[in-house]
Amino acid sequence: MAQSPAHGSDHHDHHAAGHHDPQDIKLLGFWIFLVTDVILFSTLFATFIVLRNNTNGFEGGADLFNMTGVIAETFLLLTSSFTSGLAVLAMHQNKVKPMIIWLVITGLLGAGFLALELTEFVELVHEGATLQTSAFWSAFFTLVGTHGVHVTIGIGWMISIIIQIVRRGLNADTKGKVTVFSLYWHFLDAVWIFLLSIVYLMEVM
Amino acid sequence: MSKKRRSLVRAAFSAVTLVLTMLLLSGCGNYMVLDPKGPIADKQLDLIIITTLLCSIIIVPVLIITFVIVWRYRASNKKADYKPEWAHNNLLETIWWGIPIVIIAILAIITIRYTHELEPSKALASDQDEVVVQAVSLNWKWLFLYPEEGIATVNTVTIPEGKQVRFELTADSPMNSFWVPELGGQIYAMSGMSMALYLQADEPGKYFGTGANFTGEHFANMTFDVNAVSQDDYDKWVSEAKSSPEQLTAEGYEKLSEPSEKEEPKLFASFPEGMYDQIVTKYMHEGAELHQHGSAQAGESDNGKQTAEANSEEPSSTHSGH
Amino acid sequence: MLENIKEFASEFFVTGDPLIYGADVSIVLATLGIVFVLTYFKKWGWLWRNWITTVDHKKIGIMYILAAIVMLFRGGVDAVMMRTQLAFPDLNFLEPEHYNQIFTTHGVVMIFFMAMPLMFGLFNIVVPLQIGARDVAFPYLNSLSFWLFFAGAMLFNLSFVIGGSPDAGWLAYPPLSGSQFNPGVGQNFYIWGIQISGIGSLASGINFIVTILKMRAPGMTMMKMPMFTWSVFAASTTIIFAFPILTITLLLLFMDRFFGAHFFTLDGGGNPMMYINLIWMWGHPEVYIVVLPAFGVFSETVATFARKRLFGYASMVFAMVIISIISFFTWAHHFFTMGSGANVNAFFAVTTMIIAIPTGVKIFNWLFTMYKGRITFPTPMMWTIAFIPAFVVGGMTGVMLSVAPADFQFHNSYFLIAHFHQVLIGGVVFGYFAGLYYWWPKMFGFKLNEYLGKWAFWLWNIGFYVCFMPQYLVGLDGMTRRISVFSDPNWVGLNVVSTIGAYIMGLAFLFQVAQIGYSIFRHEKDTTGDIWDARTLEWSMPSPAPEYNFAVIPQVHGRDEWWEEKERRRRGEKPWQLGPIEPIHMPKNSAIPAIMAICWFVLGFGLVFHWLWMAIPGLIGVFICLYARSFSAHKAEYYIPVEEIERTEATLRGGAV
Repeated sequence: MAQSPAHGSDHHDHHAAGHHDPQDIKLLGFWIFLVTDVILFSTLFATFIVLRNNTNGFEGGADLFNMTGVIAETFLLLTSSFTSGLAVLAMHQNKVKPMIIWLVITGLLGAGFLALELTEFVELVHEGATLQTSAFWSAFFTLVGTHGVHVTIGIGWMISIIIQIVRRGLNADTKGKVTVFSLYWHFLDAVWIFLLSIVYLMEVM
Repeated sequence: MSKKRRSLVRAAFSAVTLVLTMLLLSGCGNYMVLDPKGPIADKQLDLIIITTLLCSIIIVPVLIITFVIVWRYRASNKKADYKPEWAHNNLLETIWWGIPIVIIAILAIITIRYTHELEPSKALASDQDEVVVQAVSLNWKWLFLYPEEGIATVNTVTIPEGKQVRFELTADSPMNSFWVPELGGQIYAMSGMSMALYLQADEPGKYFGTGANFTGEHFANMTFDVNAVSQDDYDKWVSEAKSSPEQLTAEGYEKLSEPSEKEEPKLFASFPEGMYDQIVTKYMHEGAELHQHGSAQAGESDNGKQTAEANSEEPSSTHSGH
Repeated sequence: MLENIKEFASEFFVTGDPLIYGADVSIVLATLGIVFVLTYFKKWGWLWRNWITTVDHKKIGIMYILAAIVMLFRGGVDAVMMRTQLAFPDLNFLEPEHYNQIFTTHGVVMIFFMAMPLMFGLFNIVVPLQIGARDVAFPYLNSLSFWLFFAGAMLFNLSFVIGGSPDAGWLAYPPLSGSQFNPGVGQNFYIWGIQISGIGSLASGINFIVTILKMRAPGMTMMKMPMFTWSVFAASTTIIFAFPILTITLLLLFMDRFFGAHFFTLDGGGNPMMYINLIWMWGHPEVYIVVLPAFGVFSETVATFARKRLFGYASMVFAMVIISIISFFTWAHHFFTMGSGANVNAFFAVTTMIIAIPTGVKIFNWLFTMYKGRITFPTPMMWTIAFIPAFVVGGMTGVMLSVAPADFQFHNSYFLIAHFHQVLIGGVVFGYFAGLYYWWPKMFGFKLNEYLGKWAFWLWNIGFYVCFMPQYLVGLDGMTRRISVFSDPNWVGLNVVSTIGAYIMGLAFLFQVAQIGYSIFRHEKDTTGDIWDARTLEWSMPSPAPEYNFAVIPQVHGRDEWWEEKERRRRGEKPWQLGPIEPIHMPKNSAIPAIMAICWFVLGFGLVFHWLWMAIPGLIGVFICLYARSFSAHKAEYYIPVEEIERTEATLRGGAV
């Protein structure tokens, strides 16, 4: 993954002295950023695991989770990961239009995921489960919410990338952006798999 | 080095040496931790001395070598060797990886042994009977409950000498730490849990006790006396306390637990039964199990910090069976 | 209406203490003075173009260091005030409430806003020059890191005059720091001041890892990197693993305080012990984050001033890597007294002791670098040598503290205070001073006055021992930290001595300020670029370095590349064959980092006071800045033409080389 698309950059000729390919550097930087994000989520997961039994006498996840919704969310997010992969494939073949279409579909799936997640949150709040209810629910909303915020930022970021590609076309710079974005999106997908198993499935089982 | 500079250096050196000597002479042995009055503090001091000696095996030569090297290889000393390319020597490097490893290994073994031996929740001698004192950190005073005698005190504790005392610690305030340096090391007092700390005084005396973990504005006033007295005097003290005019009621506790700047020592002839457990479980919802930490049985188990639930099979019986 | 405003103002501004009013007046006067000077000398444009919008690592480094020195002053004033109170506890120089705020801000300022920026300052100035690079990997992000640090520091310091300072200790243990026991805004300033600057630190960590991995000059393999760069790499790696934990811990504390969540509360099933674990999972590696670069500095100075290769290079690298890994497995030694059981305590005791091994090895390697060397003693070397006894003794007390059952007697006492000040001042501060004196000529093109520097050095060292040795003893005598009054007469003498030491260190700091001031006006310009006859690449160029650093990127052959090159020249061999000068690709200045930092400041300030009308625009501003950057980044580059480089080089080198 690390060295896939960035080569063949049109900047190359200017870097004879340093041999530093800017896209390569950005990609490494982004991988390291993802490491920090992994730590960030791990800390939240650890917090959740520590507090999972501290329901303060209120109902826990097993009683209130709506698994149908959660499975639908999972389906949407996994599919969007796949479509973002298709966008990258199209990019490698320099097919601008299909790439944009796949990106838009990715974004729409992500938005659908968010809508379902918000509905889930609203339902929980109606049942009386809020940040203030108990340590369990504080940890739940913070962990799942942080993932949701990541997805939201991802969608906003993708919109900006699409606009830039429409304006400037595909070049080393915009290609790098799409690559990095798709990395981010796959990462969110992976985090969701952990969320699904540790937060939802282990709670319900 | 010019003459002036050298005299500056010399002056500085003598100043530091002078201060250090003064400090050391100003009373070795008077320092509480170095002057233990009970078996726990005694063993802890042994451990401190062992550690210091073991460390000195490395520290002292290093300090000497530093001085010698810096002095001998100063640029103005033209007689000294100069080997600018010499930068590697397997034997030497093996030595200074090896010696610290050996010393730390010895220290680690000693530490592991002592850590189990001095586990604060372990009774000193399991066949001997004990006095139980429950200490509650409040803002900003210590409340002591004697469950067997049924009396309570504020900012003062009286214990019989030569007998092990099981302190049970909790807080109805931010986390504090219970420390009587002459008798032994400290343990945290935390809201929602009960911690055990065994201490014993070998001779009668008045010992300094203090809260050691910051709990807010007037934390500095959270000191208390520990009076170690003979068994007879202790019995006398208990009966006097029982006839003291004041009683600690539930409302009285509410009032006492409100923040106050400084509290004088007080005696209460009685306190409501089960008060300590109520304080420990204050923030728990109904039907929850008591988070118990460091009980004699749990002390040896390796159950981590957040997994207090693991040993909550024992129901709220923090001090049953005494 | 007027009543409402009055009431608001008395809540909003900190009132009632003459010290605060004094501070208010001096802040206003200083601000007016700066504005006046800038306007009178028409320097606003200069400030904007050359500093605020700069993406040059050397200038960013200078700004970090300047800010760190100001913060050292602030933290030092806090320390002197505390010591004054403790020397005369009955005079009530400080009320307990005020004292509690001051020890809290002292700790926070010294770690987050003094040690960290001083460290990043040195990273910035040295690393690209040392590895033969034109800048860091992400110059724009670098500028953003600085401005986030700056915004965080300003937000935190604002609490002194607006709203009230935090008072729950430098690590803000809940429940004391939760809204139940601490309803004021001080703790919110703590959270957001640190959070904002912490994001900057995290970004710097990423930046320097990529810089070191990707930007080294050709020929410089990892095992040919200068030791300071290795230490930066080790510290940055530790940063990226540790700082996200801090981010989350502060976020959770914020959730508790702002939304009434139950992570660390007493009620609702919260778990305050979890906070203590989390904050030390960051906090312990943090100590090594700040000390590893100091080790790096010593490795450079000791080789330079002993005029000898660094002894045991591979050992040094290995030791540093081991230290940064093990630093993640020792956190519980900060609370052996929590009663986690003998096995847990034994585990963390042993991991802590293990760290002493590689640290000891480093000391031996420095000593044997000096062995058979030719040691000279300018100020950077004096700090290096003073470090060894200070750190060795501090390390020994550290090993003593690591013995869990003995720690029950040391914990939270002045013994602990003396220990960590000894390693943090003796290790980190001495190290950064050594680095500052060593690289100062590279930054500004002249040496700091040695005479005043030696005065400062001796006063610092004398003050340091006079201050902290008595604290070991008073700790053994049962004195706990964070108390503003005490009644034990045995403690008085030791506390007075300690206070005298603190004042001596304060005086030493004034000598350093005088030294800098004097040297700016009276100095000899360094024309060689290599004032110490040093060993690594940063000394192969003029001082201060031109904006593009290297006109031609050198080819590296060995660890002490510049030294070997000089040796070759001394032997009359052919010097470096550098390629021809080519146009240099440079990043353009950008105003976005500073503007984004202002938006973060607004966001943080709004959240401190629970003013969403202020926080939300701040947040929107942050996103607008992100967008603006994303859309303009590809245009933010330019080339310096060959003729200009040749002209600059000719002027700087004066035809000397």
